[in-house]
Amino acid sequence: MPSNNAKSNMNTERRVFIGRAGAAAAMLTLAPGVRLVDLALARSADEPASDQMRWGMLVDATKCAQGCTECVDACNEEFGLEGMGRPKTDAQYIRKIDLKDKTTGKRYSLPVMCQHCETAPCVDVCPTGASFRRVDGIVLVDKHICIGCRYCMMACPFKARSFVHENLTNQVPEAPRGKGTVESCTFCVHRVDRDREPACVEACSKAGHEALVFGDMNDPGSRLSQRLRQLPNRQIRADLGLNTGVRYHGV
Amino acid sequence: MRAATAVLSWALICATGWTAVAAADTPMPTPPRGKGEQCVEPTDVMRRDHMRFLTHQRDETMHRGIRTKKHSLVECLECHTRKDTQGKFLPVNAEGEFCDVCHDYSGVTMDCFECHATTPRQPKPASARFPAELGSDISFRLRIAP
Repeated sequence: MPSNNAKSNMNTERRVFIGRAGAAAAMLTLAPGVRLVDLALARSADEPASDQMRWGMLVDATKCAQGCTECVDACNEEFGLEGMGRPKTDAQYIRKIDLKDKTTGKRYSLPVMCQHCETAPCVDVCPTGASFRRVDGIVLVDKHICIGCRYCMMACPFKARSFVHENLTNQVPEAPRGKGTVESCTFCVHRVDRDREPACVEACSKAGHEALVFGDMNDPGSRLSQRLRQLPNRQIRADLGLNTGVRYHGV
Repeated sequence: MRAATAVLSWALICATGWTAVAAADTPMPTPPRGKGEQCVEPTDVMRRDHMRFLTHQRDETMHRGIRTKKHSLVECLECHTRKDTQGKFLPVNAEGEFCDVCHDYSGVTMDCFECHATTPRQPKPASARFPAELGSDISFRLRIAP
């Protein structure tokens, strides 16, 4: 029945056209930079991460409150990180740093975590390929392959990684972690894959500070990209040329 | 008499089937039933190939960010963990629980649960997360750089 086929084809094309036109209209009618339909639509569970994106974060140190540990606490809760009473070796994915300019006395407070470098030293030095950068820019440790040599911890200029020294129990389902492997901030990849923000970003917003902005650096319309264009910002240890995914304003 | 016994036992075998006879001879593991009617694959396929499904899913999720639920270990826990009388989840690898029964029977050690959770996420008492003396020590929580 050729006529029917032709008709259904036409209908499909019509639908696609109408859908596209609708999306275009939504994008056009709103103020520039404010979009109803974001280009980076949430991907479905069976779709792999895309190399068209690069996840990143902006830390606005002017909004980060001295003494506040909401982001650190949220991270510990999300990943089930527990103190073993040995601060020097206890796992930490994110830490708060207090800095003071000795000349002016100006104080800064900011969180430091894995900077998700484009050319990550931890990935370079890993002898087994356990340390890797996902196509969307998130640097991870595949603990199934990690042999616990800790070269990556030595290589990381940001001291972002931790090593698990003890046998662990009661891990949380989304964050497997165990003795003899290295671990670090994952940008909450299990949440990002489900279209949610990292736990630290959520906690910071909830506390009313809004010092952390997370998003796609490759999408010029994302909130992150807009803020990165508006605010002067820098990479920490920019001299190393790592093109970090975490940028700082007000440092 | 002997012929009669043979006929009788043959009739019994035909009636009950070979598997039942084998089961009578060989003690088989009987893991506790999971939730629902049917697992994500037929039971005999799961028995033989669950480790292959898990390994495949592991790499897909870790490296490509694919988060389908069908062969996810986290989802296994949703159906195959039981609760004790106080309503607390029992670890899936604890003695007599789902994973343990067959793995104990076949003498195969699992590495999964050295890292992976053995129960669905359950709220922990606040005291278990941070010991009180550490919780009040600000330098531990802030990690102030020297």
